Amino acid sequence: MDDTHVDRDVLSALQEVMEEGYPDLLDIFLADSEERLKVLRAADSAALLVATAHSFKGSSSNMGALRLTELCHQLEQQARSLPRPAVQELVGEIDREFAGIRPLYEAERQRCPAKI
Amino acid sequence: MQPLEPLTILIAEDSAADRLLLSSILRRQGHEVLTAANGVEAVEVFGQQHPHLVLMDAMMPVMDGFEAARQIKAMAGETLVPIIFLTSLSENEALARCLEVGGDDFLAKPYNQVILAAKIKAMDRLRRLQDTVLQQRDQIARHHDYLLNEQRVAKAVFDKVAHSGCLNGAPNIRYLQSPYALFNGDLLLAAFTPAGDMHVLLGDFTGHGLPAAVGAMPLAEVFYGMTAKGYGLAETLREMNAKLKRILPVDMFCCATLLCLSFQRRSVEVWNGGMPDGYLHRIASGERTPLPARHLPLGVLSPESFDERTDMYPMALGDRVFLLSDGVIDTCDANDQLFGVQRLQQVFATNRHPDALFEEIEQALRHFGGETRDDVSMVEVSLLESAQISPPALVYSDSGQSCPLDWSVSFEFRAATLKRFNPLPYLLQLLLEVHGLRAQSGALYSVLAELYSNALEHGVLGLDSGLKRDASGFARYYQERNTRLDELREGYVRLSLQVTPTDDGGCLTIHVEDSGKGFDVERVMARPLEDIRLSGRGVSLIRQLGRNARWTDDGRSARVEFIWEALA
Repeated sequence: MDDTHVDRDVLSALQEVMEEGYPDLLDIFLADSEERLKVLRAADSAALLVATAHSFKGSSSNMGALRLTELCHQLEQQARSLPRPAVQELVGEIDREFAGIRPLYEAERQRCPAKI
Repeated sequence: MQPLEPLTILIAEDSAADRLLLSSILRRQGHEVLTAANGVEAVEVFGQQHPHLVLMDAMMPVMDGFEAARQIKAMAGETLVPIIFLTSLSENEALARCLEVGGDDFLAKPYNQVILAAKIKAMDRLRRLQDTVLQQRDQIARHHDYLLNEQRVAKAVFDKVAHSGCLNGAPNIRYLQSPYALFNGDLLLAAFTPAGDMHVLLGDFTGHGLPAAVGAMPLAEVFYGMTAKGYGLAETLREMNAKLKRILPVDMFCCATLLCLSFQRRSVEVWNGGMPDGYLHRIASGERTPLPARHLPLGVLSPESFDERTDMYPMALGDRVFLLSDGVIDTCDANDQLFGVQRLQQVFATNRHPDALFEEIEQALRHFGGETRDDVSMVEVSLLESAQISPPALVYSDSGQSCPLDWSVSFEFRAATLKRFNPLPYLLQLLLEVHGLRAQSGALYSVLAELYSNALEHGVLGLDSGLKRDASGFARYYQERNTRLDELREGYVRLSLQVTPTDDGGCLTIHVEDSGKGFDVERVMARPLEDIRLSGRGVSLIRQLGRNARWTDDGRSARVEFIWEALA
């Protein structure tokens, strides 16, 4: 996974800001993302797609997931205009991008276990 | 980046990760953090904890950020609770909505700590500024209330003093004063002398507000004190001037017109120091004689150089004296034009019913200036039959146990004294120690005053009372009186009082002698008693009010008695 997908500087800045809360942040981001992907896959209205893509875009940008942010932005902008197959294609791409970067966030999680 | 004072900040954000991240950033910057996951929660938390600042996500479930912001702004009222919208909204329309509902700023994702801290700092500054403005506004309002209350109290106290006179009781006075004219330095006083004359003062202190009102108290005290004791205008003016000169700062003084309206002598004595012209309105001819300022205001000149000379005018029944403050003629219109004396005289010219004059002047002022000033004072006194005027009974505080009943005293007042000194108030004070005389103090004072002025003016000064037959002669008479008094080198007025007890009361004999040439007693006594020509009033008044009035030694010696019955 190269730096066009995840910004490493953002991750180290997050770790500095969050301190012992960093693992929690990673956990929550991963869990929230799973939730949002489920919603995107099942969404039957453009409004729901737009709102979910908007939120997903925000979190992704904060977490340094550059490509994911970009894809969510596209979905948010185009969900209302694209034909359904194209939307499904875009959601599939978001799905694959998340699957691709997920191991990296999990590795971060392993590297910094929560303090007990 | 630590702020001076930590703030309590509410984060309303539905994304848990973003909420956690933002909370951590803010805590690291030293703030206290409250969180809400949707708009309804945000409004609830705000209502309970009153945070200083809100970071609000625009798109949230249950209630979005726009509605939550609207409600929070409404709850905050006048207090500024800055709302920073957290958004990556890229559409202008959505950004505009944030501002419409009261948003103060935006923060885009991803969050930048430096920009976030700077925005919070800027919003905190704004918030404090608004706080300060509100505090100062409230403080000004409090000061204003305080000041108004002080004025109310001061006015209440002053009204007690000012209205101890006859301003509201006498049937011949009409006046119009704005309610808080006192705080523009306007002062209106009226009181009866023991002889039943009426003294009226319309004054105007320099300046505005409390400083202008401060001098009114001592002035009123001198006015009422000296009028009640029987002092004339000259002595009262001298005392008022000296007192104001002593107590007021250099740049403060009091323009004033002082009147002595004599119902018995049918005349008015006027002193005008720095006030606008007053007017003597003669009802018979419709003519209005101006009563112009001939002197500097009270409190300007030292007692040595003060000029208390007055002008004397005859009046007929129904004639009116009208006085006004400069608030009337100095009223400005929109172009800073003054109302002026000419417009006032136009009102006079069109006035048909004298009683409607005030209303007509007010109407003209409104018509001219658009708004009424609060320093407009007007007063009008008319000459009525003395029987229609009833001075209030004097109140005495002593028990009467030490009342003197068998004594006599005599004085000789010589030239240098006659020039400046008025012995009448002292003599009256002395006589009113005799309880039996108190009921007739008015008559007693009138007779004493007539005897004394006859002895002085016709006797010592040799003035011909025949001069007073018409209005111009009347004025000449008093000019001549002043001139001769100034030049007086010799002469005297002797005055003796004798109080003797009788079986059922007592008797006072007043005996006045002068150094003059006397007069033809027989001729004067032959005039009918009800003769009220200007020149003849003195003698007939004495004969009406006193008992056994008689003149001997070719009129150089006058005697009159007052008797009273024992008090129950």
